[in-house]
Amino acid sequence: MSQVVIHCEQLGKRYQIGQRERYLALRDVLANSFQAPWRLFRSAAPGSSNGRPKHIWALRNVSFKIHEGEVLGIVGRNGAGKTTLLKVLARVTKPTEGHAEVVGRMGSLLEVGTGFHPELTGRENIYLSGAILGMSKREINRKFDEIVAFAEVEQFIDTPLKHYSSGMQMRLAFAVAAHLEPEILLVDEVLAVGDLAFQKKCLGKMGEVARGGRTILFVTHQMNQIRRLCERVFWIDAGGIRAAGPPGEVISAYETFGASSAKDRQDSDVCFSRWEISGHGNVLRNGTRDLTLHFDVRLNECVSSGHFGVAILNESDLVVVGWGFDEVGIPRGHQKLILRVPELPLRPGVYTLVCSLFNRGNNLTGGQLVEQWNAVPPLVVDTTPVSHPQDRWCGLLNIPAQLSLKPDS
Amino acid sequence: MSVTQQTVLPPTPALPAAPPLLRIAPPRGWLELNLREVWEYRELLYFFVWRDLKIRYKQTAIGAAWAVLQPFLTMIVFSLFFGALAGIPSHGLPYPIFYFSALLPWMYFAGALQNATNTVVEQQRVITKVYFPRLVLPLAAVLSGLVDLAIGFVVFLGMMLYYGMTPQATILLLPGFLLLGVLTALGVGLWLSALNAIYRDVRYVLPFLIQFWMFASPVAYPSSLVPERWRWLYGLNPMAGVIEGFRWALTGQGQPPNLLLAASAAAVVLLVAGGVVYFQKMEATFADVV
Repeated sequence: MSQVVIHCEQLGKRYQIGQRERYLALRDVLANSFQAPWRLFRSAAPGSSNGRPKHIWALRNVSFKIHEGEVLGIVGRNGAGKTTLLKVLARVTKPTEGHAEVVGRMGSLLEVGTGFHPELTGRENIYLSGAILGMSKREINRKFDEIVAFAEVEQFIDTPLKHYSSGMQMRLAFAVAAHLEPEILLVDEVLAVGDLAFQKKCLGKMGEVARGGRTILFVTHQMNQIRRLCERVFWIDAGGIRAAGPPGEVISAYETFGASSAKDRQDSDVCFSRWEISGHGNVLRNGTRDLTLHFDVRLNECVSSGHFGVAILNESDLVVVGWGFDEVGIPRGHQKLILRVPELPLRPGVYTLVCSLFNRGNNLTGGQLVEQWNAVPPLVVDTTPVSHPQDRWCGLLNIPAQLSLKPDS
Repeated sequence: MSVTQQTVLPPTPALPAAPPLLRIAPPRGWLELNLREVWEYRELLYFFVWRDLKIRYKQTAIGAAWAVLQPFLTMIVFSLFFGALAGIPSHGLPYPIFYFSALLPWMYFAGALQNATNTVVEQQRVITKVYFPRLVLPLAAVLSGLVDLAIGFVVFLGMMLYYGMTPQATILLLPGFLLLGVLTALGVGLWLSALNAIYRDVRYVLPFLIQFWMFASPVAYPSSLVPERWRWLYGLNPMAGVIEGFRWALTGQGQPPNLLLAASAAAVVLLVAGGVVYFQKMEATFADVV
């Protein structure tokens, strides 16, 4: 067996509720510190409860070993603790308890384009971002041409980044990241964006890197990426490792898992087990028209004149679109609910599907909820973004538009 | 147990250098200094300084001219009001020389302090995504200000020429005063940048702090106005030593500010040591609070 390069022991990370959004106002602290001056220094340290014991364990009791050259995939729903685990390993944030030992040079890729500055040229940004991600100047010099060629931005290399299209910025960012050569690479969900051809190229590069004996940990919502690249998968749920093992096993366990984990799934009367976009798994890639969504459901008792609802929620839990169907009758046994959607112009991103089934009832009255399922895996929309390139203005929908000018005579 | 056994062992092949072992554990204790790591990241420090300069000069219409205009215009105003009108003593120096020699280190300090204070908050995107010793950020902020200072210095030499003055041997001591100035900016910057990450009010307090600090420093007046027996207390403001030091080293006029310097140097040592400890204590939480 090859050498263990990452060894985690009882790793845990606790956040104070709201800590991430809230910073303190100095006046409150000054007022308090007259009574207890040492508080001023301690209040921000992790572990000090500040008299408000409202915390949440984003990660708890996580122990594992990773061997040299392993490619490990991490799956789990949004907020399960995947990113926190990577952040602790990347040393961006310190654990609250437990410890980890890492052997070898480690690089992390938690975001695309870390350190990019719009005023700087492509060339300058390659150096800056490369240095921030852990490359030495000599290393960047050596790989510079390769990075530029990979990103396909040769003509614009001395143009300020703010004049690049968002696609070009993305390509440049990936190109820098793809040329990182640490012994251990931590990658958060970053390959879920970008155009298809380029994404393939990145995945190819990652595969190359993996075959080069490098250890890679990566988080993704795209199950086929995991199947293609990983030997082992962790399924992280509620801050812990729920399952670990070969991709086939873990992914099918993850996919058949529903939201109502408290309930014993086998005994429940209604059970959604999996869903897919006909022929495409959970990834929407080749356009967003004429879609067919399949939901597998098993009923112990028939539902007559029920109500079936499906909603699609974005990453901030906003319902982007929802549908309700009344007078639904479903017989006992294994069934497939088929939802046809002529058009679903969502912005590229990761979405949660929520299905609910009510017995007797309709859109207005509700009725008796028999099952609600936060579908796993989430829906990944991986199309080319066509709306405004700035996050503030791009909106929720991905609808192309043309502008023309006509003299008003 | 025999000694001979060891001799028959085959020679072991030279092992490759042991890969670095990294331990990730909860923060503990007050003293977890890791200054060697800062040295290992010196290239990143260089890139941060380089970026600061590039961006500063790209975003402003007249670029480096700001480095000259700001102290120059202030010098004119001071010479006019504090000098010609209020008649503040200048040890026989022409007012423009008297004021510019003090404004050089002061403007550097004010700018560096401002950059250092805001740097942790401004770089929050990088801080929440990548690890590097956070100390690099305030360090880069105080170092990048030196370029403006150098430009201002060239202008000052031109002014000396205009007034028919020649630099004295005392100018050789300038690097020492410069170092003191950089360390003062760094020491205060470390405290304020860590505090600013946690309490955003610091950002609003800073302009007042800088303004008060200027009047507590011998920028608009000579430190000789301060009574002799209070001079040591006055010197605990490290900028007092730095500014009088600059004035003396640049012009060679008057006495070396010995007492003032001793007090200032002592204050700086405490300020920087405390700042480094506090900053490194707080940096573990930056990614969680910014």
